[in-house]
Amino acid sequence: MASLIACPHCGRRPKEEFTIKGAALVRPEPEADADTWFDHVYLRDNPRGRYAEFWHHTSGCRRWLVVTRDTATHELEETRDAALWRRETAR
Amino acid sequence: MTSYRLNQGGLIDRAQPLSFSFDGKPMTGFAGDSLASALLANGQRLMGRSFKYHRPRGVLTAGAAEPNALMTIGKGGRTETNTRATMQELYAGLTARSQNRWPSLDHDIGALNGLLSPFLSAGFYYKTFMWPATFWEKLYEPFIRKAAGLGEAAKESDPDRFEKCWAHCDLLVIGAGATGLAAALTAGRAGARVILLDEQATIGGGLLSETATISGVPAPRFAETLLAELEALPNVRVLPRTTAFGWYDGNVFGAVERVQKHLAEPLANRPVERLWRIIAGQALLATGAEERPLVFGGNDIPGVMMASAARSYVNRYAVAPARQMAVFTTNDSGYALVRDLEAAGVSLSAIIDSRAEGAAPGLYKGSARIIPGAVVRDAHGGKSLSAITIASQGRTEKLGVDGLAVSGGFSPIVHLACHRGGKLSWSDENGAFLAEDRKGLALAGAAAGLSGLATCLEAGARTALALLDQLGIAATFAPFPDVEGDIVAPATKPLWSIPGIKGKAFIDFQNDVHRADLGLAVREGYAHVELAKRYTTNGMATDQGKLSNVNAIGLLAEARGVSPDEVGTTTFRPFYTPVSFGALAGSSHGKHFQPVRQSPLHDWAKKNGARFVETGLWYRSAWFPRAGESTWRESVDREVRTVREKAGLCDVSMLGKIEITGKDAATFLDRVYCNGFANLPVGKARYGLMLREDGFIYDDGTTSRLAEDRFFMTTTTAYAAGVLNHLEFCAQALWPELDVRLASVTDQWAQMAIAGPLARAILQDIVDADISNEAFPFLGARTVSLFNGALAGRLFRISFSGELAYELAVPAGYGESVADALMEIGKPHGMCAYGVEALSVLRIEKGHVTHNEINGTVVPADLGFGRMVSTKKADFIGKHMLSREGLVAANRHQLVGVVPLDPATSFRTGAHILAKGATATLESSLGHVSSSCHSPHVGSTIGLALVRAGASRHGEEVMVWNGLRGEYTPGRLCDPVFVDPAHEKLKV
Repeated sequence: MASLIACPHCGRRPKEEFTIKGAALVRPEPEADADTWFDHVYLRDNPRGRYAEFWHHTSGCRRWLVVTRDTATHELEETRDAALWRRETAR
Repeated sequence: MTSYRLNQGGLIDRAQPLSFSFDGKPMTGFAGDSLASALLANGQRLMGRSFKYHRPRGVLTAGAAEPNALMTIGKGGRTETNTRATMQELYAGLTARSQNRWPSLDHDIGALNGLLSPFLSAGFYYKTFMWPATFWEKLYEPFIRKAAGLGEAAKESDPDRFEKCWAHCDLLVIGAGATGLAAALTAGRAGARVILLDEQATIGGGLLSETATISGVPAPRFAETLLAELEALPNVRVLPRTTAFGWYDGNVFGAVERVQKHLAEPLANRPVERLWRIIAGQALLATGAEERPLVFGGNDIPGVMMASAARSYVNRYAVAPARQMAVFTTNDSGYALVRDLEAAGVSLSAIIDSRAEGAAPGLYKGSARIIPGAVVRDAHGGKSLSAITIASQGRTEKLGVDGLAVSGGFSPIVHLACHRGGKLSWSDENGAFLAEDRKGLALAGAAAGLSGLATCLEAGARTALALLDQLGIAATFAPFPDVEGDIVAPATKPLWSIPGIKGKAFIDFQNDVHRADLGLAVREGYAHVELAKRYTTNGMATDQGKLSNVNAIGLLAEARGVSPDEVGTTTFRPFYTPVSFGALAGSSHGKHFQPVRQSPLHDWAKKNGARFVETGLWYRSAWFPRAGESTWRESVDREVRTVREKAGLCDVSMLGKIEITGKDAATFLDRVYCNGFANLPVGKARYGLMLREDGFIYDDGTTSRLAEDRFFMTTTTAYAAGVLNHLEFCAQALWPELDVRLASVTDQWAQMAIAGPLARAILQDIVDADISNEAFPFLGARTVSLFNGALAGRLFRISFSGELAYELAVPAGYGESVADALMEIGKPHGMCAYGVEALSVLRIEKGHVTHNEINGTVVPADLGFGRMVSTKKADFIGKHMLSREGLVAANRHQLVGVVPLDPATSFRTGAHILAKGATATLESSLGHVSSSCHSPHVGSTIGLALVRAGASRHGEEVMVWNGLRGEYTPGRLCDPVFVDPAHEKLKV
């Protein structure tokens, strides 16, 4: 994993300031069927390559971020504020 | 003891003699000496015993790769084991002790292992200690640990300070030899932010051992001049005594600076070691090259050393490595040593050059005897070299010498370039493994396979220019003056194996791996480089094969008939050299290991005689002993009874407190709690259950509505941080469209519970408004004026104890005086302070749950909260998984009370519940006791338990079984609410 994460609000900071939650997934609609919810809660991809995850800048600005990184090369591709990400993916 | 110190030369300060001791023997060296050079100067050649065979060993190198001269230095808590004598600066009063010998270095019983060596070959442990399995822990391991090993760690704690820091730079230069100095200077002159670090105390690297001159200036003086210019540049930081040990993602380098390891008594106001994390725009690896040993019989006898090390001892430390030397070389670099030995007046018997053609014509102008096309087949001697056998064209010759310098060519030091997955490739031209430049990191000079001072100076400067260019920093190339007298040694064909060896020919000195071991590994099918490493332990010692790996690969390649490239290398990982635990721990040590959190009421509790208990970072008041109480139970029982009969005051400030505001705050709470909050009236508190998305309970607490758009949430102490993170996630990543703001206010409020039948009477004294049951009923929550308007606080009529109770929050700074005032008012009413132990008893008696019960496996219905879960809300966290088959099954573990049949008997938390008459096995366990205590109210032990279908088993007789202690307590399941099951006391 990267040693540094570029927080869109605070700049490049050591990874120790952040907490990972896991895959950046859009929460299903309340009326989604049981299978969809089961997938959402329990099933995860484990890709070699590009992977988007939720990270929390816990010891910094306390914003949740979507960090896209490469699991093979450890390169950080993009970090975005999760609220922005949510508004855009919701559409 | 005769001195081997040369009469002149060297970079030592002869005006500063330093006394030290080795194995108790007093010795003297000079400032500028390494421990190894000082020992050699004192004629101490025997410096250690080898790991497995306890063979006598002397110093082999003059640097970081040293495998033999490992010693324990320092005393008491400052004891440092496995210190490489070559890397330890000499200081006055240094005490060094040899390792892995008994009773002494000279007379070592363990050397008998050498006689057993036919039985101690590669794979010996795997083959011999296979069975019986039970013997491993009891017999084999202790025996091996005692027989084989290195230094013994100190039992005392280290009295010194360590620290960590970050640094940023445009260009990081690792290694301050010719290449690194040239690079740092080029970048420094261009204004770039530069960090130059080097593992040695003196900056200069190979220049310090060099006799060549640069524009007439001796090489060490030239290094001094460059350093002076660097130090004058404000944008350059030079870190001597600093080892870059790892390269990490994001171009972050780890380095350890030995700030005060060269002092007998470190200054207390500075750390002894500093761990650096350096974020570099670009980095240059100018780490030089490691000279390769040659694998001949007896190549580990004290007196055999690397040719470049011998050069360092002669030129830098002014120490003669021996009285009568021979040099065994495969390349021209050996001749540089020969020239320097002659200049220093050390007697030389012969140069054994493995090349039939010998050195380049005109390279060597001295008079020493050169034996071309020859090899040293065996070295002879016990604790010191006495002779060598030379083999040349089918003939052998024995030559009496007490020193042999060897050079088998050079391997670039490329470790860091491989830490992020970089692979090496074998170059026949260089006779070495080379690394490629990687994004953010380039190699230059000897680390890139180059040789020659002039070449390295230019390469350092040019590589720096290229790296600066990538950073967009303009710089210009300034040529360095001419170098004179440098013997440049072009790479030659490596000499892996020498035929006809009689003695043990070591590959890995530190782990005692010799050539026959490697042959055995190949024959037994472990020829793959990674397998050979594990089978023979080659390269697994603290030196990680710095001298041995390439020779092992070369020999494996020969045995398999392939190129070293095909064999490949093992994986390079941090750390380059060992790093102390102290440096890695930094200041997180002793009372600085983690912060201490104290409640605003800490001092109040303290002066009331509290005993504290650590819960997470918090110090919570556990109980308040009074005169005459000799056990904690006496105090706790009294506190519980006082609360039930009169009143008590308890510090609950450490509960998590979160202020939630915004016009959508109610909607937000409706979604994060499983029960409804949107309809909570202003001025009311409500108990809430927060679920995880998988339906299990995450946390509980009360949330009060202070205004339409303002709520005050409390969480459990342990989950305070987690709940805030979770709420922030919900607000930001799930529902950013909601207008809601979250703020932790845990530390802003001092909060105290005032519980018991007399609570209202006491509290009314300081609350200005009427708090009668009518005016301020159960679950009331509002801001109140206190002390006739002197202070505003928040009052909540909530109860964890089951008694008439309130929680009063006041601004943290007022906590202590408000608690004092209440204690004073409460005194005539018989009120007492109570701690978290009594709080726990009170809540168990009332059947209230904590994280003992909310253990990640329970859903609301399991705890009797099934009806709390909203069926009206379209959505809340956890709703969608709650109806899964497994979460609604009838035989789930459910909350139940449990009491012993005989009140005189007891049971413990964690005990299993068995059906009456069932066998005591984990398979037949119905559940477990999640909380238990002695209940003064019931008059016996009581417990809360999670039991299969427990809600329908009230009255059932069971066996409470503690398998760990063999305790069996007949008991009965019951309603989990032991006190006031109708909840009338809350509402009076």
